[in-house]
Amino acid sequence: MIEVKDICKSFGENKVLQGISANFKPGITSLIIGSSGSGKTTLLKTMVGLFEPDSGQVLYDGRDFTSMSTHQRIEIRKEIGMLFQGAALFDAMTVEKNISFALDMFTNQTKAEKLDRINFVLDRVNLNGTNKLFPVELSGGMKKRVGIARAIAMNSKYLFCDEPNSGLDPKSAIMIDELIKEITAEYQITTVVVTHDMNSVMGIGDHVLFLHQGKKWWEGSNQEITTTNNKELNDFVFATKLMETLLKK
Amino acid sequence: MEMVAIGLGSVGIISIISVFIGGVTTVQTAYQLVSDLVPRSVIGGITRDSTILELSPTICSLVLAGKVGSSIASQIGTMRVTEQIDALEIMGVNAPGYLILPKLIAGLLMIPLLVIIAIFLSIVGGYISGTVSGALSGAEYIQGLTTDFIPFTVVVALIKALFFAFIIVTVSAYQGFYTHGGALEVGQSSTRAVVISCISILISDYIIAQLLL
Repeated sequence: MIEVKDICKSFGENKVLQGISANFKPGITSLIIGSSGSGKTTLLKTMVGLFEPDSGQVLYDGRDFTSMSTHQRIEIRKEIGMLFQGAALFDAMTVEKNISFALDMFTNQTKAEKLDRINFVLDRVNLNGTNKLFPVELSGGMKKRVGIARAIAMNSKYLFCDEPNSGLDPKSAIMIDELIKEITAEYQITTVVVTHDMNSVMGIGDHVLFLHQGKKWWEGSNQEITTTNNKELNDFVFATKLMETLLKK
Repeated sequence: MEMVAIGLGSVGIISIISVFIGGVTTVQTAYQLVSDLVPRSVIGGITRDSTILELSPTICSLVLAGKVGSSIASQIGTMRVTEQIDALEIMGVNAPGYLILPKLIAGLLMIPLLVIIAIFLSIVGGYISGTVSGALSGAEYIQGLTTDFIPFTVVVALIKALFFAFIIVTVSAYQGFYTHGGALEVGQSSTRAVVISCISILISDYIIAQLLL
């Protein structure tokens, strides 16, 4: 479980996160939603240590990540997988090398063991036979799936996804969402997804955190989201006519 | 891989530049030495000292600042804006150590080597242009090369090359690593890396010359 306690983060005078607290449980998909500039990506990057919080704590299964030294953090980072908005695959490496990167750096596995693991995770994301392709040869959806394969290659306990289906067609977006949900349940991973896609919210939002103006504005499940009276959340959820029509039906 | 990119990848341009530097130095020195009281072999000596002490290390490093420096800055800068460096850090990898250290080691090994090649080719270029233009004979040129040769000048050239290599790699890597934004900013980082490297090379060139000669 990941616990976020009273996290504050400012950039100059701009207070991006103002005292956010939340718990993210394993085996369920937690979504952080909110309009652009609400602080959701900053919260995610603060949780993984790419930004240092001004105050507050992030605990990974009780281990205080925020007060750890860089060296101590490495041990927790080995348990973290992250899917970036643009997948962030290493351009100069093949799919196979991208996935084996962390295995090469942090494990003593033999070449055969690593290849087995690579083929297993590629099979899990339905990308068998793409080992020797370079990122430039992959479509947007395939890159995201390789990103997921890379994120789970080290048997990650925590999976973070930053807008995993941005820039994808609806079918590919649903495929990525379903893959994230399946992997989370299958391996009992603590998964945190940042998104502003309502399809994702309705599809995989077991636990939803709505941020507004840097504060936690609402927390619940995707079943509760359509019945809440929270005005800002309703403005966000029913921003599109399609969503309004579908949810009212 | 970094050694191949920095070293082998630059041999072609360094060779072309060096041959012409040596050739032009010989022709222009011959043009200025019109007195019959000065032996023609002096041209060989002047070409030798000019290329070893100044032209080969400095001009080659300025060219490498443009070629290698811009490549390092844009490569690391692109990795930054496409979140590849964030991905490394999330995995627990020391990103500066992983990305910059191999380039620094490759630069410190390969750039002095390129300067040695440049010195040799400049002298060869001087020989060719001197004999082809009729400014002096081959024997006079070789006599000039071997007369009053001070081996310490080669040491100075290598010390310069090491300093310049350090400047090119570290300045470029720093500019790339701290790029923020998108493609436009990557281009700006690359340009800044070349400009700062060139100015730093020229300033350190003066300081090293002042201290060692």
